[in-house]
Amino acid sequence: MPEQQSSERPLWQQIQPGGIGVNPGSTERVQTGDWRTEVPVIDFERCTHCMICWVDCPDASFEVANAKLIAVDLKHCKGCGICAQVCPVKCIEMVPDSAENRETTDVNSGNGASSESAR
Amino acid sequence: MTTTQKQGQKPSSGITLPPAQAINGGEAVAYAMRQIDPEVVAAYPITPQTFIIEKFSEYVADGLVNTEYINVESEHAAMSACVGATAAGGRAQTATSGPGLALMYEMLWVASGMRLPIVMHLCSRSFSAPLNILCDHSDVMGMRESSWPMLIGSSPQEAYDQAVAMPTIAENKSVLLPVANVLDGFTVTHSVERVEVLPDEVVKEFAGEYEPDIWALQPGSTATFGTLDANDFYFEHKRQQVEAMKNSLEVVRTQLNAVGEITGRPMNLVEEYLMDDAEIALVVLGSSEGMVRAAIDQARADGIKVGMVRIRLFRPFPVADVRKALEGIGAVGVLDRAIAFGTPGNGLLQDLATSTRTMPDRPLLMDFVYGLGGRATPKQLFRQAVDEVLNMNETRVEPDEPAYLGLK
Repeated sequence: MPEQQSSERPLWQQIQPGGIGVNPGSTERVQTGDWRTEVPVIDFERCTHCMICWVDCPDASFEVANAKLIAVDLKHCKGCGICAQVCPVKCIEMVPDSAENRETTDVNSGNGASSESAR
Repeated sequence: MTTTQKQGQKPSSGITLPPAQAINGGEAVAYAMRQIDPEVVAAYPITPQTFIIEKFSEYVADGLVNTEYINVESEHAAMSACVGATAAGGRAQTATSGPGLALMYEMLWVASGMRLPIVMHLCSRSFSAPLNILCDHSDVMGMRESSWPMLIGSSPQEAYDQAVAMPTIAENKSVLLPVANVLDGFTVTHSVERVEVLPDEVVKEFAGEYEPDIWALQPGSTATFGTLDANDFYFEHKRQQVEAMKNSLEVVRTQLNAVGEITGRPMNLVEEYLMDDAEIALVVLGSSEGMVRAAIDQARADGIKVGMVRIRLFRPFPVADVRKALEGIGAVGVLDRAIAFGTPGNGLLQDLATSTRTMPDRPLLMDFVYGLGGRATPKQLFRQAVDEVLNMNETRVEPDEPAYLGLK
């Protein structure tokens, strides 16, 4: 599918047949984390930055900068809780999804590292 | 079946033919598959398709093809494997029948929706229950809306000739759809007839290579296949398929002509028999053509001006060709070999009614259901159908209900 323009959407004659995605990374633009009921909250005091959560996250939602875990990308996190299960020091806790809880974690919230510098 | 050359004679294209084969329709298809040598064949055995894959797996075992033959666990997996193989950049074929087609139904739509030019040989068979392995067109009708161009042959020779043309139709850049080569179960798949085959190199040259623009295993490719559309672009992709189906009609015509020129056996989207001076007609699909012709001959001997129209290209339905064939015809008997339960008309009748509805002097239509579950329909029954159509042409009254030929 070609890049979507916010004001001008392509017509049926203009899109890639068969829905073949020719531009990589298009999922990044899709909000897949909007039906979550829990969010992971990371206790950075105890985090050893072992990156096991980063490896096991099925949605590539852990943000890393300078070899350190810095935040969770809640646009894509579905709240599955795998990270909390695999964390060897148990520093990730799954808590009910709420605006307040999202603030503490989300890379997009403006807390901690900004989403731009995280990438 | 029209056979224009005797053994050893040269066809119009001037090539020397290999000896004609005494083979059944299934083996004729396998013969063409060997010559085309697709990268992948994935199939699951089911009667009456079995001859095709038995014969083809012999070719694989004997090293006569380079094909990767995948023994899958079901027809759903067979079509899935073909989807994967074609998306990866290979040419893939499969074959199935009735219930097998039903099991791969989901993947039929995935194959066409992903615009993957797979070739499937469908040996038509009834749907159970009660259990029946014999021929009717329940499966053909079952996939008619899945965006697959479908050709229905009437003999082992036609099954072979169509099989040669199939990949070039599917892979045409204006089409890029999976295609079905339909041969009637048992009457074509199991009937041993004289089949004139082409030399291997002629078929290989005709089929050429599959050259996709985008494929998954393309070096450096970042393409993703099977993406999510949801309500964003699904509607638009379906509209594209409408266009691809439309485009396929002339591509089928061109490619059938091209094969016909090589073999000397012309193939048309719609085949006509004694239609030039006909006042009434029977319309039929597939191998019943032979028996219908015999009934037409008998009716002609009785002084009835009746002809036959056989529709080879079932999807996309060749509306213009059918209307041209039926121009000036007063009444038409439509021969349906499947029941569309609860609908106002069975499959072929629906197509005929829709195609002819805007003709200035449209022919009256009468539906005949026949041959379900392999029930033999003798010449006399088709001859009776001619009488009923003749009667309708005089009374000018169309029946609401179909007639059931040979029902006990």
